[in-house]
Amino acid sequence: MISTYIFYFLSFVAVFSALLVITSKNPIYSVLYLVVTFFSIAGHYVLLNAQFLAAVHVIVYAGAIMVLFLFVIMLLNLNEETETHKPALVKFAGVISGGLLLLVLVAALKNFEMAPIQNAPNPNIGLIKNIGKVLFGEFMVPFEVSSILFLGAMVGAVMLGKKEIK
Amino acid sequence: MAIDHYVTLSVLLFCIGVLGVLLRRNAIIIFMSIELMLNAVNLLLVSFSSYLSDTAGQVFVVFTMVVAAAEVAVGLAILVTVYRNSKTTDVNVLNKLKW
Repeated sequence: MISTYIFYFLSFVAVFSALLVITSKNPIYSVLYLVVTFFSIAGHYVLLNAQFLAAVHVIVYAGAIMVLFLFVIMLLNLNEETETHKPALVKFAGVISGGLLLLVLVAALKNFEMAPIQNAPNPNIGLIKNIGKVLFGEFMVPFEVSSILFLGAMVGAVMLGKKEIK
Repeated sequence: MAIDHYVTLSVLLFCIGVLGVLLRRNAIIIFMSIELMLNAVNLLLVSFSSYLSDTAGQVFVVFTMVVAAAEVAVGLAILVTVYRNSKTTDVNVLNKLKW
């Protein structure tokens, strides 16, 4: 089955570049690897029949958020020389705790079984028509609240970005 | 593709994000690790939504993206302000809120 191979390829790319994000010395390379991770996650969305979300994901994350990150890193002139590192003991403790979290999650999810699905899988749920129906029907109030959140975030960012805060 | 493969992939990505928060001292890379964790959760939501044929999961993903975008905008603005005052984004130097 071709989709299985695509799944494994995309998963490998996502996990590998995510590891490179947290290990690369230069913050600019971290951003670029994060863009690769986001594109592979967008590929997963296409595999899962969520085409609209894949497009939105690429536009919002790879297009807007990553550009913002890159802009700030270049504005602050962060590079390999200014990068600080934790002592080896703290790093070791961090790796151990992260590994333990992974172990606990895998152990908890090892024997899980999904309840059998009632209706046959519908490949059309990811289309913009169906998402729009649910978003502007059932989730109308959260949608409006999120617009207020956006307004607040915009005002806050402008206020923080001003030269001097009184 | 079976759902448990997607669950495993999401768990892996989430743990890599946690590891990034624990290992790095640069506040911007900590932000990026948080984005990684949010994306792992998004992937899980989309895979369950496609498995259960329920559109609500994909709508939640849209809300997560909204919150993530707002968080990044405000967070990076705060970081720029902090950098202007203390010339660093190292979280070990920014310990003014420590008791």
